Amino acid sequence: MRASDRARNWALGIWSAAALLFLFIPVFLIVLFSFNDNKGRFNFTWQGFTLDHWKEPFRDPDLAKAMENSLLIAAVTTVAAVLLGTLLAVALTRYRFRGQGAAGFFVFLPMATPEVVLGASLLAMFLVAGIDTGFWTIVIAHVMFTVSYVVVTVRARLEGMDPYIEEAAQDLGAGVWTTFFKVTLPMIAPGVVAAAVLAAAISIDDYVVTSFNAGQTQTFPLYIFGATRQGVPPEVNVLGTMLLVGVLLLMGLNLAVQKALARRDRAVVEEPPSQPPTPAVPAAGPSAVAG
Amino acid sequence: MGLSLSQRRRLIPWMFAIPGLLWLIVFFAIPLANQASVSLMTGDPEAGYSLTWAFDTYTSAISDYKEQFLRSFLYAGAATVIDLVIAFPLAYFMAYKAGRWRNLMLLLVVLPFFMSYVLRTVSWQLILADNGWVVERLRDVGLVADDGRVLATGTAVIAGIAYNFLPFMVLPLYVALERIDRRFVEAATDLYASRLTAFRKVTLPLAIPGIFAGSLLVFIPACGDFVNAALLGTPRQYMIGNVVQSKFLNVLDYPTAAALSFILMTIILVGIVLYSRLLGTRNLTEAAT
Repeated sequence: MRASDRARNWALGIWSAAALLFLFIPVFLIVLFSFNDNKGRFNFTWQGFTLDHWKEPFRDPDLAKAMENSLLIAAVTTVAAVLLGTLLAVALTRYRFRGQGAAGFFVFLPMATPEVVLGASLLAMFLVAGIDTGFWTIVIAHVMFTVSYVVVTVRARLEGMDPYIEEAAQDLGAGVWTTFFKVTLPMIAPGVVAAAVLAAAISIDDYVVTSFNAGQTQTFPLYIFGATRQGVPPEVNVLGTMLLVGVLLLMGLNLAVQKALARRDRAVVEEPPSQPPTPAVPAAGPSAVAG
Repeated sequence: MGLSLSQRRRLIPWMFAIPGLLWLIVFFAIPLANQASVSLMTGDPEAGYSLTWAFDTYTSAISDYKEQFLRSFLYAGAATVIDLVIAFPLAYFMAYKAGRWRNLMLLLVVLPFFMSYVLRTVSWQLILADNGWVVERLRDVGLVADDGRVLATGTAVIAGIAYNFLPFMVLPLYVALERIDRRFVEAATDLYASRLTAFRKVTLPLAIPGIFAGSLLVFIPACGDFVNAALLGTPRQYMIGNVVQSKFLNVLDYPTAAALSFILMTIILVGIVLYSRLLGTRNLTEAAT
């Protein structure tokens, strides 16, 4: 290797490490300050180590309620969005029908619309229709903008799969739903799980759309935003860290199960599966958008 | 059912598609159409609104808030360029040099996503605090005046936006670069192109779909963002998202808010088309989906 090449590689490596560091500094600070023994309202300067906030993360009942709402909303949203999105993805990849291209473009549109427009127009409709905003309007909004992400993620998995397997099932007399539940779904399961994790993560984290459609209901991001004026309590850092760890565990679990299943398949068929397992959750999301 | 087999076959895809499409029609398309009609209404929250085709709402919205519009595009554009500069070498390294570290690096790029967005933005308040380490160092090297600050300026808002949307730039760039057949580059160097020429004439043009997708994924949400301006700026740094939000939730001036969000959408759509012409991306959806 020439010296100039080595210098170039080093420069690239250092730049990349610095970029990753840039991405991580805020995350690191949030975790660090969850252990801060802060005096006063603000949690901005390091004043000593304590585990107090970790022992009692739900000391503030408002925060506890906001977190509970966020988790419930995410759970309902995930189930609905995965159901609607998976079926849509199957329709868009496994069948040919009139208006398919238009439908695909339509599904992509919410992702290309600024969130503030999504939130504002939904609120305007609820106002016109005389619907009070609250828990369920948040769920409706979250399902609306997570469905597209589910479609993209599941579609990426479907496109890498052999359609003849499903045709074989139908040739052997399986009906549409039998084929879907016994053949398609098991094959795309890793993609569906990845989409579910992604949908849950987007829902729990959303501030913009939620702020329009929440009414008097508090969620975790709304609570944090509201708390910025009086100082964000360290318990928020604790819960944020817990969420991060929770999502990581789910992703790891998904990956481990996928690997175990792939190993089992190899043992049965005695040859490697034609498709590599889908990458971890987020890579399947935004990168599929780009692909 | 009294349908023939071929008729039923044609219905099958709709069975799968209709629940999801219906949801998007009712809660995405209809609200947008409704928003369009609200933007042409006059009235007030107490007396109610009526459709009067008040197109002057649009002209006055533009003249009243052109400053916030310009600022939105300026901040979003600056953040997009910064992200492109930061992300390209990183994506290049991950695609060609990272070897067995590649998957770990991908995970590290997306991991911050799973820490709360608002909380990450709040932590930039801490990083850019007036007496913080970063600002002190910037003062030392003279980039910030001795009594100057970073927080509550446009710089802080741009930094926050660039930070929050960086992964959206890295991932599509990585995908585009990783997909390039390296034999093209080898062929170019074999034919006596210098490293730089090979990069400029081969790698860069082939990476354009990634640059396109990444820029849109950063620019579009950045234009409508109001969290960064609200938390890291002051009303003097407010973007169009802040105006829409306060019109809707505080001032209750729905027609103006609706008109503003439509103008934002239109400008973004026109921008996308122009940008795709500029980069020579023929099929818009092909590049974006």
